[in-house]
Amino acid sequence: MMSLERVLLGSALLLMLGNAHALEGQNVFTQGGSQPGAAPCVACHGADGLGLAAAGFPRLAGLPAGYLRKQLEDFKSGARNSPVMQPLANALTQEEINAVTRELAAMPAPVAVSVHRSEMPTEAAQKIALQGAWERQIPACVSCHGPAGVGVGDAFPPLAGQSAAYLAAQLNAWRSGTRHNDPNDLMGHIAKSLSAEEVQAVATYFASLSGQEARP
Amino acid sequence: MKLLLLATLASVPVHAATIAMEDQSQLQPVARSTAAAQFQPPQESELPDNAYGKLVKQGYALFVDTKRLAPQFVGNGLNCSNCHLDQGRLANSAPLWGAYPMYPAYRKKNDKVNTFAERLQGCFQFSMNGGTPPAADSPEITALSVYAYWLASKAPLGVELPGRGYPDVPTPAKGYDLAQGAEVYKGQCAVCHGAEGQGQKVGDSYVMPPLWGKDSYNWGAGMHRINTAASFIKHNMPLGKGGSLTDQQAWDVAAYVNRHERPQDPRLVEGSVEKTRLKFHANDGVNLYGQTVDGVLIGQGIR
Repeated sequence: MMSLERVLLGSALLLMLGNAHALEGQNVFTQGGSQPGAAPCVACHGADGLGLAAAGFPRLAGLPAGYLRKQLEDFKSGARNSPVMQPLANALTQEEINAVTRELAAMPAPVAVSVHRSEMPTEAAQKIALQGAWERQIPACVSCHGPAGVGVGDAFPPLAGQSAAYLAAQLNAWRSGTRHNDPNDLMGHIAKSLSAEEVQAVATYFASLSGQEARP
Repeated sequence: MKLLLLATLASVPVHAATIAMEDQSQLQPVARSTAAAQFQPPQESELPDNAYGKLVKQGYALFVDTKRLAPQFVGNGLNCSNCHLDQGRLANSAPLWGAYPMYPAYRKKNDKVNTFAERLQGCFQFSMNGGTPPAADSPEITALSVYAYWLASKAPLGVELPGRGYPDVPTPAKGYDLAQGAEVYKGQCAVCHGAEGQGQKVGDSYVMPPLWGKDSYNWGAGMHRINTAASFIKHNMPLGKGGSLTDQQAWDVAAYVNRHERPQDPRLVEGSVEKTRLKFHANDGVNLYGQTVDGVLIGQGIR
């Protein structure tokens, strides 16, 4: 049987360990990783981690740690292309990736407006978002990304609270095949069926579901 | 391993594949047709701005947001649109425009002529595991019926339209294989429906529906038949990639999904799974209710 002292000591150690992880994650976020080239996230993604809409840098704050971890690992392995992110991810250790993604997931996300399933779309982009375009095998965006695009689990990231510029850039990367790190080509085959105009319109729709675009 | 599995199964379900699907007697679909020949339901933009249009919209809302809007009649986590894709419009996904013009019709399931309202009540009772269904003249059944009627606008009465139901997928010559089904599930389905078939939620509402367990369809739902689930899966899953699985994969994964526990058949006879099997399942397509798989009796129900 474990003595009280040992339990207390164990808890204290765990607490310290937890803090150390948080601290490390915060350090990577604000100051960068321990190895050369691991620039801090804040430089491009903002002090609040909400991204820089004008430059197309995405929000990271509040995204699931599992999704962020996979993206960093995919940048490392080359499964996801980005001339900016690939060298950065390469310079991060696995521990730093784990710590910073946990930190980011815990940061406050913008509050998305709520859109019920029962709401009927009133224009074309909304129709794709809420109902899909089944004559082209395109399911509703919300059927995987959740109501109002808030994101579902580790595999389906939030669309709400991302800038139209980032969303459109990613959809276009899937359309052209330069991004292909989605499970089972679930996003790729859909993006390839969308027109350039639809990409822009759907991206604008989801960006409009949070206050981010209006941010100064 | 595979042999062993087949041997285990051979004692019961595989032979059942030859038994006709009772309840689909009115649902024998015409051979698949090209999209051009498909019935086209009206567009929402064509809805009139009057009491009728308003009721259609209410039916639409109930159809896609059933759990939230009619919680007293939905005992699990599902919405109608989980099994009837594209708001009940999609061909080969049991579209409402294919069903509405076929009622009233005799159904062996309850051995009587059913009105469309009674058919909807059946959905609530079994697929939605909802206990006592809404009354035939309730606001829910009325709105859903009006929505279905509207989708079937200009469809011929009593004519089996191409794309109705879930068109049959031939039983594989070797039967199905649960171990292969588990592999298909892991590779193709788990990303959305979860490793344990539990679905995925945002808040307390399911985005991806649970495929088994207490929040899924019960043992009396048509989807519990492996042949029906195989047809649904083949034509519609993975979402947006219908037709991408082979017939064999569709059957294997349908069997894997439907070997798992779900809420009890509400028609349970004298508390006995065996009596319920004999009365309702023995002659109802291919299903595992009341069978023993890997030494475990299937169909005990889950709350």
